[in-house]
Amino acid sequence: MTDTTTPSTDRRNSLPHYVSTAPFDPEATERLTPEQERYYMATQWRLMWWKLKRHRLAVLSGVILLLLYASTLVSEVLAPYALDTRQSRFIFAPPQSVHLFHEGEFVGPFVYGYRYTLNMDTLKREYTPDPAKVQPIRFFCRGDRYEFWGLWESDLHLACPSEGGTLFLLGTDRLGRDVLSRIVYGTRISLTVGLLGIIVSFTLGIVIGGIAGYYGGWIDNIIQRFIEIVRSFPELPLWMALSAALPVTWNPIFVYFGITLILGLLDWTGLARAVRSKLLALREEDFTTAAQLMGARPSRIIGRHLLPSFMSHLIASATLSIPGMILGETALSFLGLGLRPPITSWGVLLTEAQNINVVALYPWLLIPVIPVIITVLAFNFLGDGLRDAADPYR
Amino acid sequence: MLGYLIRRVLIMIPTLLAISVITFVIIQLPPGDYLTTLVVEMQSRGESVDQGRLALLRETYGFDRPMHEQYLIWLAGMLRGDFGYSFEYNLPVADVVGDRLWLTAVVSFATIIFVYAVSFPIGIYSATHQYSAGDYALTLLGFLGLATPSFLLALVLLYLANVWFGTSIGGLMDPKYVDAPWSLGKILSVIEHLWVPVVVIGTAGTAAMIRRLRANLLDELDKPYVVTARAKGLPPGRALWKYPLRMALNPFISDIGNLLPQVVSGAAIVSVVMSLPTTGPMLLDSLRSQDMYLAGSFLMFLAVLTVIGVFISDLALAALDPRIRLSGGATR
Repeated sequence: MTDTTTPSTDRRNSLPHYVSTAPFDPEATERLTPEQERYYMATQWRLMWWKLKRHRLAVLSGVILLLLYASTLVSEVLAPYALDTRQSRFIFAPPQSVHLFHEGEFVGPFVYGYRYTLNMDTLKREYTPDPAKVQPIRFFCRGDRYEFWGLWESDLHLACPSEGGTLFLLGTDRLGRDVLSRIVYGTRISLTVGLLGIIVSFTLGIVIGGIAGYYGGWIDNIIQRFIEIVRSFPELPLWMALSAALPVTWNPIFVYFGITLILGLLDWTGLARAVRSKLLALREEDFTTAAQLMGARPSRIIGRHLLPSFMSHLIASATLSIPGMILGETALSFLGLGLRPPITSWGVLLTEAQNINVVALYPWLLIPVIPVIITVLAFNFLGDGLRDAADPYR
Repeated sequence: MLGYLIRRVLIMIPTLLAISVITFVIIQLPPGDYLTTLVVEMQSRGESVDQGRLALLRETYGFDRPMHEQYLIWLAGMLRGDFGYSFEYNLPVADVVGDRLWLTAVVSFATIIFVYAVSFPIGIYSATHQYSAGDYALTLLGFLGLATPSFLLALVLLYLANVWFGTSIGGLMDPKYVDAPWSLGKILSVIEHLWVPVVVIGTAGTAAMIRRLRANLLDELDKPYVVTARAKGLPPGRALWKYPLRMALNPFISDIGNLLPQVVSGAAIVSVVMSLPTTGPMLLDSLRSQDMYLAGSFLMFLAVLTVIGVFISDLALAALDPRIRLSGGATR
């Protein structure tokens, strides 16, 4: 003992203990710039947002989707005609194009009216633009009456045909209904089918995957086998069979919810697997043990401690599976097994274009596929961007 | 390998049983049965309904038995190769279905080959030439392929073929062969007609596959061992296919488990549009008219096709990657 204390007292004598009186500054050696500080202090979601903003295609897709979804709030106003307005004089009329100048003179946006002839050889209705009929488009005008969200009546439209004129920018169908208006109305249904479906599959995926991943063991085994079985069914035939099981007598609104449920019921397996594999890894972490020791219940541990660490990832993969549902609804409705009129979705509109004659004679009936493609692409790009942004290693 | 094979086959049995239960439940889901559909149809035609005959029919098909007995009868029949009776066609299901099952298998198989044959070179090109003009063009094309509903693609192709070649490409063979027995000419005719549905059905799968192979290969190409191989002077081609490509190939092969259900699904709707003599249109009809045994065998067949496909992919994967056959267990 004395051996060790003696030299230390010696050192204390030779070297006086120095204590600086200046206030302690932890950043003296390495000062963070304000940007760095902002970056290091940012939450996970903020970081993701910054990364996402750099992904231009994803941002553009996000904006397009926002606009599309916003349009569903005011479909009635955006559509020039009401959903079921039939113009029996204009059956299978081709799209009218918007012009600005008439005979070198500026008139503002207008369309040429139709000149209608019935070709007596082919018995085909033929419509040609009639340069004598200049029909200026009216804006913020009174047109067809509609019930806004089924709540109150109105007749305000963003654009209407001129008095006594027509405005079929995308042509009309076999009953003389405006295709553009029907697409605008269809957006409401087609876009929400995907959202509602993903809510179903998201809930199922998190709950079932969470149980499998957190408990592991035989529960996990059973759930895994079950997922394998569900996955080995080809989606579309199973969707077909399930939606064929929806009673024909049901109210179309019920059918709509039934379809979203069916779409969600088959889709959760991928999410459940992702949740499971992440949980299997995370439940070994120290913070999980800490939570367990403190007596947290499994539901709290999963919900408060484990899920948030990969929620961003889940949202990205959910975004990527919405397009599948939209395409699925389109396919089902196209086959006549999905939604039924009067509910109008893009798939329901496409049932009009079921055979090759339509493609040859009335190609504009295929136009509803363009919003389908745009939406699916936008969801794909946005999902890709989200996934990259959620990945901390990129 | 043999042990793995046996284990894998044993897993398939409960899977198939569970699938048969689910299939049976689904075809029983619609309220009523075929007889109620029949009664409604007869009444709408103004025919009188003979109650005695109905009761006889009900008894013959076991509709009055409890559910689980009906299931066991159905299952036992299937194991003997008796798939039940199609009410719509008044024939045993096996006779109605006939060539359709095989043609479905042929179309699916050809589509899978098409998907692999096309996506393999394109995926490698896209990964090795990342961010080049070719990569962007192919990626864009792939995205369009993913986003276009296949039935629409089928319609447009049908139309274009009609305009350009003046032929109807609907169907899977020349009309003169439809009822003819199988011969060389018929097989050639099928091959001739096969490419359009194969392209249509395979487009979405190809697009997905290209993206996956590209992403996998890109991940591998960044790894240090590739740098080492390059630094040691391995020629670029060899440095690509000797190591990183083999690593990237694993998910590519195992993905057949995802691809096959997708192909079968796509085939179902495309064949309705193109009126192919495969299971799709008949499945749709049988679902509509509640011809339950017919619908059930189709669903069952499609699921079995998928299970077997996944089985084959697992075997291929085990042959390719020793880690899998040694650790045992499924890879999906």
